[in-house]
Amino acid sequence: MTAVARPIGRPPAAAGPLHRRMRRFAVMSAVTLVAATIVSAFLMPLGYMVATAFKDPSQLTAIDAPLYPAAPEVFEYQGKELKVYDVPQPDGSIKAWALLQPHREDAIFIDPANPEAGEITWIGRPRTLTQHWGFSLKVDNFTTAWETIDFPRLFLNTFGIAGLSTLGAVLSGICVAYGFSRFRFPGRNGLFILMLATIILPFQVTLIPSYAVYLALGWVGTWWPLIIPHFFANAYNVFLLRQYFLTIPRELDEAAMIDGAGPFRILRSVIVPQAVPAIIAVTLFHFFWAWNEYFLPLVYLQGKPDLQPLAVGLARFNALYEQQPTLIQAAAIMAMALPVVLFFLAQRAFMRGVVFGGVEK
Amino acid sequence: MTTTSAAVPIAAEPRPTGRWRAFRERESVTGLLFVSPFIVGFILFSAIPMLASLVLSLTDFDPREPDEIHFIGLTNYQQMLSDPVLHESLGVTLRFALLVVPLTLAAALGVAMLVNSRLLAGRHVFRTLFYMPMQIPLVASTIVWIGVLHATTGWLNYALEGVGLPGPNWLQSTFWVGPALGLMGLWGIGNMMLIFLAGLQSVPTELYDAAKVDGAGPWASFRHVTLPMISPVLFYNLVIALIAAFQYFTQAYVVSNGRGDPDRATLFFNLNLYREAFGFFHMGYASALAWLLFVIVLGLTVVLFKTAGSWVFAGGER
Repeated sequence: MTAVARPIGRPPAAAGPLHRRMRRFAVMSAVTLVAATIVSAFLMPLGYMVATAFKDPSQLTAIDAPLYPAAPEVFEYQGKELKVYDVPQPDGSIKAWALLQPHREDAIFIDPANPEAGEITWIGRPRTLTQHWGFSLKVDNFTTAWETIDFPRLFLNTFGIAGLSTLGAVLSGICVAYGFSRFRFPGRNGLFILMLATIILPFQVTLIPSYAVYLALGWVGTWWPLIIPHFFANAYNVFLLRQYFLTIPRELDEAAMIDGAGPFRILRSVIVPQAVPAIIAVTLFHFFWAWNEYFLPLVYLQGKPDLQPLAVGLARFNALYEQQPTLIQAAAIMAMALPVVLFFLAQRAFMRGVVFGGVEK
Repeated sequence: MTTTSAAVPIAAEPRPTGRWRAFRERESVTGLLFVSPFIVGFILFSAIPMLASLVLSLTDFDPREPDEIHFIGLTNYQQMLSDPVLHESLGVTLRFALLVVPLTLAAALGVAMLVNSRLLAGRHVFRTLFYMPMQIPLVASTIVWIGVLHATTGWLNYALEGVGLPGPNWLQSTFWVGPALGLMGLWGIGNMMLIFLAGLQSVPTELYDAAKVDGAGPWASFRHVTLPMISPVLFYNLVIALIAAFQYFTQAYVVSNGRGDPDRATLFFNLNLYREAFGFFHMGYASALAWLLFVIVLGLTVVLFKTAGSWVFAGGER
């Protein structure tokens, strides 16, 4: 099909002469290289996060420290711990030697690579030397953060809130999308447009009365305000599911109907099995959204650290331990691990679903 | 179809036609039943709260003393006119929208074109990588960026020093904190990029070939083929980005620990609203603020839709 679209007289690149293929290869390499550079810069903060999470706090303030997790190296020599320094050599190279005895204008070193060679006298001021850093991962940050922030509880809370609200959103979304895509009833188009219009309604407008009602019900400080509203369908999910349901041939419904199936049976045994990719996409979409949601849990679970989800706990932790970036970055890694792993596992279904829902809206 | 089946003797095709007709008759009821979660939800969680918030905006409601509520007319709206903090927050939000909406739209379109290019090897890998930051909880990614933007230990300033530029104190400077949040906003282009990508993929290749035959270079074919053809998705992204900019909250809250530091430079409209409602419990006034936000967002959306006729391309299928 693509070959047909090409103008006559320009054969497909693969069939062209060698130099044309070479040129195409060169252009592709250049474009890919540029893209790789951009994506590295784009994802650089992740590098910072991983590097910082594995560092000892003292490394952050040390002036001569490298960017990767490292520690000043020491060398054990005859029962003594010697600091290792980067020592410039007369030939311009630099060697990592352990300092045995510093003097004012010279010093005595041991070569850790060859301690049998004995003491080496070096001429120069030892004070001007910088310490030698060796690669070293500090895992304590993760265990400390895990215990300080009470990760297991935050994880369970997030799972509970996100799981229940996703259950509600998917079930109600399927029902409403089925109603909009398969039945004719008065006011259907008006209702559908009304539903889409709720997307531009800022949630702040409904926030305070809802808060007042939940307060009166005694629900502030519980999970209910974060879960119950999702059992009443949301525009994004319904739209995506409806678009997908419309692509399922009606003949399948009719065949099931002739076999005596009612609307619920048709939904369960015809529509849902056919729409699995869209349902997966909506499930993931909503789960990620709920996993990351910050504002409403902040409002409704204020002062209830035992019930708060990860996002709220993490922000609180960030405010408390502002001076300890190593702990904070370790906590951030742990908070993003699950959604990122899920994303990579379900990438294809998810990307398709998002594109599919996105274009038409 | 249903009328003819009624003429057929019942004994010939008993159950199917009976079922079919009954189903048709009950179609409206069944359909409304399936849609009812939305109807009930809309009434309970949108319509009634909206009316209630309009009523609350005319009162001095304080949730700590719910019985002490008074009707105070338009006092809250009058107070808005002379509230310097509100004016500052509107300025902060507007300036940020003017920076971040064009920036993220351009970046998302650029990246979408890059990962759509046939000249890029491993396009799917690149798409996934550019989308990845969307999966990181916003609080976590904000925390990462706070580290990256740190004046002395952040990697961004290391990189700037590397090329001989002085790195500003991003998050502590009233001037630089806006651009810093704009940079952070680049991590949120994932959805926009995918929507652009879908738009780009629906442009017929014949159009590019025809433009080439007419002697169009890359810029001309972008300007006269790509842009008009993707204008519907560009429009959608523009509306969503504008709404998002006016609802900006989480990053501002985490960066400033909810205070709007430095010197109210991150006191976005929404952060101010949150502080009025849940910091000072001025819920009547906060309701009025929410309505102001709603009117602004609605107004902007309507204006955009009005201008859409002149620049959004309406193709055959739309």
